[in-house]
Amino acid sequence: MEIKDILKKANLEVFSETLQFLAEKDKNIMVVTSDSRGSGKLVPFGQKFPEQIVEVGIAEQNLVGVAAGLASMDKKTFAVSPACFLTARSLEQIKNDVCYSDNAVKLIGISAGVSYGALGSTHHSLHDFAVLRAINNISIVAPADNYETREVIKQATEFQMPIYIRFGKKAMPTDLKNIGQNELVSNENFQIGKGRVIRNGSDLTFIATGEAVLPCVETAKILQDKHQISCKIISMHTIKPLDTDLVLATASNEKPIITVEEHSINGGLGEAVAALLFQNGCRNKFKIIGLPDEHTVSGSQNEIFDHYGISSNGLEKTVLNMLNP
Amino acid sequence: MIETELKEKSRVYRRKILKYIYNAKAGHTGGSLSIIDILNVLYNRIMNVSPENFHSNLRDRYVQSKGHCVEALYVVLADKGFFPEDDLLTLCQYNSPYIGHPTKYIKGMEQNTGGLGHGLPMCSGMALAAKKDNSPVKVFTVLGDGEMAEGSNWEAMMFAAHYKLDNLCAILDYNKLQITAPNAEVMGLEPIDKKLEAFGWAVKHVDGHNLEELTQTLKNLPFETGKPSFLIAHTVKGKGVSYMENVLKWHHGVPTAEQFEQAMEELAADSLSNF
Repeated sequence: MEIKDILKKANLEVFSETLQFLAEKDKNIMVVTSDSRGSGKLVPFGQKFPEQIVEVGIAEQNLVGVAAGLASMDKKTFAVSPACFLTARSLEQIKNDVCYSDNAVKLIGISAGVSYGALGSTHHSLHDFAVLRAINNISIVAPADNYETREVIKQATEFQMPIYIRFGKKAMPTDLKNIGQNELVSNENFQIGKGRVIRNGSDLTFIATGEAVLPCVETAKILQDKHQISCKIISMHTIKPLDTDLVLATASNEKPIITVEEHSINGGLGEAVAALLFQNGCRNKFKIIGLPDEHTVSGSQNEIFDHYGISSNGLEKTVLNMLNP
Repeated sequence: MIETELKEKSRVYRRKILKYIYNAKAGHTGGSLSIIDILNVLYNRIMNVSPENFHSNLRDRYVQSKGHCVEALYVVLADKGFFPEDDLLTLCQYNSPYIGHPTKYIKGMEQNTGGLGHGLPMCSGMALAAKKDNSPVKVFTVLGDGEMAEGSNWEAMMFAAHYKLDNLCAILDYNKLQITAPNAEVMGLEPIDKKLEAFGWAVKHVDGHNLEELTQTLKNLPFETGKPSFLIAHTVKGKGVSYMENVLKWHHGVPTAEQFEQAMEELAADSLSNF
């Protein structure tokens, strides 16, 4: 079966369904939106739980301030807004009202990365990992598939500290672990802060996050079939705190490591992994794949991925260049 | 509590504000002296909050949006018994939790503030939560006049009116001076009452140093059912110390030994008639 045949549902939709499931039993769950309930697939949630959705209008600073206030009154508060606005327009509210004031808001960045590809840079969030990594007291999660999305939303509901979760709107696999397997991997449970090995391999490792994991899975299949190159893939859904044990254990084979993310190459997963490896004396061949420091090309998410080598074409070339310089 | 006792508290609070700022060689002197009567009335006459009920969800909430005037709040919270007053001798010292803005490290503080334009959005969320829970909790914030230029305040103004948060009361410490110059020169906010009314708030004016007037006004909340209340408290920056009143440099000026002594004389017990 081709991978494209199993792409059923956007993580965004899974988020909305999961919240409805949880809100059914928990009246303390509150969802705050900035005229974004349509973009956030939250219309059914609003219809079913009108008392649990708060509209603030197009006012992202107030969105986060209000969410912090609700959370301080023991509401399990999800602040939902496009990632581009949520993590830039209201960054000071995230820093002060949520993180510094220790209000356990769940910040949900929808249509993250270049999901809004053709709408241009105003609507891209390629800075969010970087700015939030530099802020104390917040976890950062980018689920790769429907399974990770559902689990992180469930766990975030009871999370006692601030958390930022971002995902896109393109259909993703139900569970990346179940596709293109070359061998069995352990069936561990999802846990915030613990990376997920979704494919084992011995020649190199992809450490990827969010919707950049899928192209790695596609690439691994091509590399295996065409070149007999065996790739390990880690879905590093949690950027912060980084699963340092898993990264260092992986690096111990001294094979190349490639990080892949839908984010600027500056300040994201790649730099986090690089800093960890270098400070621990690891000297694996290493490459960061992401969006370069330039005005981003316009197009669909797929086209932008392709343009910057985040698709299987580009990743295949990157791997071959690294292994056969 | 009778009026003279409340007046006496204000006098003593002013002395303490100056004492701890003088000791720390740091602090927001003028603004702390301009908001202290408001805090005196809130904590001693209006709000249901004390160290004994601070763990209770039913306590009233106060968030100081103009966080820099924290010295006034520290002095009142110490008087209420939230922490030993001597702690304030560490104000702004290395590794002291008594920093130059409110933080939750200190018992009695509800939120960490300091960046301006943050108190009202947070209080709006808190007031909405109380409404959702059918709770009797009232939420208060004190805003500076300079910070009224922050757009986030106006986002929250729209929000609080839209959700009819009549359990929310914002008080403007309207001393008409900000760090650079008078508001009117930096960014005029007049006609502030009309603007707020147009945003859907019930608005009143009060002499922000008249304890009786403050008390009577704040005892009658909300000013209008179904609307958030906004109290424009006309105040004097540096109130109570002759050479500080309405003088810009006392925004965060620290008195010299001589100036400190003069201030203490002006605020001595037998000078009560000065107020």
